[in-house]
Amino acid sequence: MSFTNHRKMQLYGALLLLPAALLLTTFAYLPTVTTVINSLFLPGFRGAPTEFVGLENYQVLFDDPTFWQVARNNLLYALGTIPTSIALALGMALFVNGKLPGRGFVRMAYFTPTILPMIAAANIWMFFYAPQIGLFNSLLGALGIPGVNWLGDPSVALSSVIVMSVWKEAGFFMIFYLAALQSIPPELKEASDLEDTSRWSFFWRVTFPLLMPTTLFVLINSLINSVRVVDHLFILTKGGPNNATNLLLYYVYENAFSFFDRTTAATITVVILVVLAVVATLKFTILDRRTHYQ
Amino acid sequence: MSQSRIRLERVTKRWDATTAVDGISFDVTPGQFVILLGPSGCGKSTTLRMIAGLEEASDGQIHIGERDVTRLPPGDRGLSMVFQSYALFPHLSVADNIVFGLRSRKVPKDEQRQRLAKVAGLVDLTDYLHRKPAQLSGGQRQRVALARSIISEHPICLMDEPLSNLDARLRSDMRREIKALQSRLNMTVIYVTHDQVEAMSMGDRVILMQHGKIVQDGTPDELYNRPASAFAASFIGSPAMNLLPLEAGKEGAVIVGEPHTPVAPLEAVGGQLGIRPEDIALSTTSTTGVPAMVVSDEYLGADTIAHVTVGNHNVRVRMSGKHALAGQPCRLYWARENAHLFAADGLRRDDLTPTPLPRSPHSIPRPPVVGSFQH
Ligand SMILES: Nc1ncnc2c1ncn2[C@@H]1O[C@H](COP(=O)(O)OP(=O)(O)OP(=O)(O)O)[C@@H](O)[C@H]1O
Ligand SMILES: [Mg+2]
Repeated sequence: MSFTNHRKMQLYGALLLLPAALLLTTFAYLPTVTTVINSLFLPGFRGAPTEFVGLENYQVLFDDPTFWQVARNNLLYALGTIPTSIALALGMALFVNGKLPGRGFVRMAYFTPTILPMIAAANIWMFFYAPQIGLFNSLLGALGIPGVNWLGDPSVALSSVIVMSVWKEAGFFMIFYLAALQSIPPELKEASDLEDTSRWSFFWRVTFPLLMPTTLFVLINSLINSVRVVDHLFILTKGGPNNATNLLLYYVYENAFSFFDRTTAATITVVILVVLAVVATLKFTILDRRTHYQ
Repeated sequence: MSQSRIRLERVTKRWDATTAVDGISFDVTPGQFVILLGPSGCGKSTTLRMIAGLEEASDGQIHIGERDVTRLPPGDRGLSMVFQSYALFPHLSVADNIVFGLRSRKVPKDEQRQRLAKVAGLVDLTDYLHRKPAQLSGGQRQRVALARSIISEHPICLMDEPLSNLDARLRSDMRREIKALQSRLNMTVIYVTHDQVEAMSMGDRVILMQHGKIVQDGTPDELYNRPASAFAASFIGSPAMNLLPLEAGKEGAVIVGEPHTPVAPLEAVGGQLGIRPEDIALSTTSTTGVPAMVVSDEYLGADTIAHVTVGNHNVRVRMSGKHALAGQPCRLYWARENAHLFAADGLRRDDLTPTPLPRSPHSIPRPPVVGSFQH
């Protein structure tokens, strides 16, 4: 009796899971598996069957200097965007969490870049960065400083892309920090005020540790975002000049849809997935243990 | 110890439309345990927070010791506070929570450790120092909050309803512990509560507030035996004092609806007669006293509360032991010194004495006088 009841409950649970499982399988698991399989084969030419080559595609990829340049760009991009946008987001959240006049407006202003579609945002920045008529160069010109070719100079282009990404992401992360700050009971501040705790000390001893779960969440998100960049490159630089701003996913896109080299695209995708999986595992095993969840 | 004297002079707090605290003054001497008592929203917390400096007074002055602290930040006032929600830091261990303030004030590590050990022993937390607040019971969290304010060694401790999140039994234990700690450490305590039992059992002095003003300021005894107004009378004691409106009768003021028994001189008409349930003797055999009818009785173990009607009014009578009297006619008697008269505006009248009732020969025993407001 209780056994069949138990079975019934299991079936019930399984049925509840079914819609999500179906969607995930169709759009996440199956493509992942196909990608992994694709990365192990070479396509046959002129109707010949595909050929299993094992890890040879990976060997070829790792011997490709462009791949390494793109990977290095992506690393620089991640190092440039993640800490900056998180620090900026936290700073803005602390600022608009206080009692300042018109804070609703300021919050709105900080959040605006996030709700702009990437394409629109990139177009705005095209105008800022444009070599002759662009906003930045006009300002520099007014000060008598020669302009910079923001997107055309290989030594500056990646930094220009980074600045724009920070501008776009910080407001989004700010919302998470703001929500977390508002869940910290005000009595904690009052209790520490009674002991003459400085703002600085209160921030590092109370606020920051209590925001740690949010920081982790934002960190993972920004990491994923940093390997998901396609759209701004598409508008701003197309990965150029000379691959100076090419990033991993854009490189995948180029391989798949410009060079029609599905195999290389699949191989790079698998590499990205492995790196992300390693990072996520590190997050769950190391950082989580030291983080206080409420 | 004079730096623990607290003096408020016409302190007022206004928010746009509301006046939460309206010109209150009092003077707390060092070592006193003072209760701020009153119904919800009467401004107790606001008063306490102004003393702490967490809220700025709109008007008036606050002195601590010889200093005018009205505009000083909380950290410079030399006091600690226990919050209703305890305000423990959830990510810190009990030990780190307790020494939080010492670290802020850069007390040397060695001394921190010594003081922690001493205070942890005092509040019985020595075995829990490594736990996080979430791993403690409500009573233990309360003790951590207490320890955090004791360790600062400030002579003044403010407490805002520190026991209201605990269950009844724990509350009575903690009442005694807090009281014992206070006298042992000779702290000056201002303690906010809306629970009259806490007020009566812990306070050296009770300040009763209503609508942002002080209604009565005195010892628990004075509040119980000589309530300054009908409000004070009804707020202290459980069940509350019976308040009966008076009208003119043939030989003096009578209870509305009961014209035969004069209970007060004619001048008391328009006001109210107050008698505590425990001060009324009820007799079903007597032929003297105020005639009444028992409507129902509530058995509480040690005593019984009878609900009786006198004229148009319900009166509660407290008797010791168990009695089943519902539906019976009876007579009520009270001693003259236990009857209180209040004027139409609610204030106590001491210029009049209630009319004595004829003595009733047999009556049901009343509970002993001591501790009668406690259940
Ligand atoms: N920040 C504020 N802004 C506006 N009004 C406030 C504020 N804080 C308190 N008040 C008002 O001041 C009055 C007194 O509040 P207070 O918190 O002092 O009451 P209390 O006596 O402590 O009540 P309780 O027993 O419910 O805690 C209330 O009417 C309340 O609405
Ligand atoms: Mg309050």
